[in-house]
Amino acid sequence: MSIMSYNGGGVVAMKGKNCVAIACDLRLGVSQYNTIATDFEKVFQFGPHLFCGLPGLATDTLTVKDKLRFRLNMYELKEDRKMSPQVFTSMLSNLLYERRFGPYFIEPVIAGLDPKTGEPYVASMDLIGCPEKPEDFVVSGTCGPQLYGMCEALYEPDQGPEDLFETISQALVNACDRDAISGWGGVVYIIEKDKITRKTLKTRMD
Amino acid sequence: MALESLMGFKETFVRPMVFDDSELEDSYEVANLSNPMMLALPPLANPRSALANFDKDQFGKDIKIKIAHGTTTLGFRFRGGVILAVDSRATGGMYIGSQNVKKVIEINKFLLGTMAGGAADCVYWDRVLAKQCRLHELRNKERISTAAASKIMSNMAYSYKGTGLSMGMMIAGYDARGPELYYVDSEGSRTKGEIFSVGSGSVYAYGVMDAGYSWDLKDEDAYEIARRAIYTATYRDAASGGLIRVYHMKETGWECISVEDCKDLHFAYYPDGK
Repeated sequence: MSIMSYNGGGVVAMKGKNCVAIACDLRLGVSQYNTIATDFEKVFQFGPHLFCGLPGLATDTLTVKDKLRFRLNMYELKEDRKMSPQVFTSMLSNLLYERRFGPYFIEPVIAGLDPKTGEPYVASMDLIGCPEKPEDFVVSGTCGPQLYGMCEALYEPDQGPEDLFETISQALVNACDRDAISGWGGVVYIIEKDKITRKTLKTRMD
Repeated sequence: MALESLMGFKETFVRPMVFDDSELEDSYEVANLSNPMMLALPPLANPRSALANFDKDQFGKDIKIKIAHGTTTLGFRFRGGVILAVDSRATGGMYIGSQNVKKVIEINKFLLGTMAGGAADCVYWDRVLAKQCRLHELRNKERISTAAASKIMSNMAYSYKGTGLSMGMMIAGYDARGPELYYVDSEGSRTKGEIFSVGSGSVYAYGVMDAGYSWDLKDEDAYEIARRAIYTATYRDAASGGLIRVYHMKETGWECISVEDCKDLHFAYYPDGK
């Protein structure tokens, strides 16, 4: 059994037209099969237009979230400006590579809008910080393979916020339905220049 | 092909002459067609060795041939007969292979089996059991008892003990002795009992049963506790889910009470979320 699938769960992020979306499931399991909570969010807000999902080992999800918050606060105090998603990605990559020989067991997903230009941005990373910045969508977690299938089938470039919500929700819900250790509810964030929308998804509970 | 039309085609061209006609007649190597208990042995010097299970690939990694390992099945006896309830999920590792497997196997009007473990093993041996039960009926002009049917099953399983079969089944029936429930598994054990639950979600189902079971349950209440037990297992156990089937074995034979999606049940039990 891989430690990456000890708790289960998945995150997906997508670019739209002047907007991005990021979504996660809500399950927390132990020893894979035993579901102990169905309100465990894996996506966190780090700025007005900056979100990061940390699926993988739940204890590291929480640890890395706190370490990121600390480093982000220090950056913003010292530099007196908001952190861009690009810088956030580099910072997280650096944080993870520090533990190259004893890593945090998480595979992060970053989604946001550039604070200056408003340009949509998504990126993902492996557990030791190798960044990947594709033009369309990123997936991660135990239902990652299923999410890839759904995103490849449903994704279209330049969707508006409503269409993007529909696409990312369908991708997440249907991917989770083919993974035993993901699902039990979901949360979607739609990030626009002047609005953040948080929606919870009603899903199968098995 | 030119040579064939010139000389005429004879089967002995492609087969060694040592076969006589009677052997050629049944030469398709399907021994289990005439006797379902004759399975081909692995082509090894020692067919019973641990190697014979072919459950590892060349790197020693487990091969996922055990689909439908995670399951919840439940059976219990009460005043009104026997209730069987099952989920319908098949998993291969963490991957959900199917959400609508039929894990209750209808052997005949008065015999039901449930499957947990290897799907192919359960389906095959239940079918062999159905054949044996029908033959018993034809030979003896009376239905086979639940005790005898379950013993046939456990004897068959025992004869293949150690070969890697994986089955955990309940056999429910109604005969001259009344409603009966047996647990039979691939290790060869056979136990008569009141309440059984088999599979990865069984712990959760037992929890619900221990909280609400009594011998004197009304039929409707018995269906509901069975449904609730499987529902709880689908909620807590990642390897159980899909449809919840409830069967009732009574004096007049079995009856399928309900087939419901556990999603609908969840939002009926908890309309405002759990």
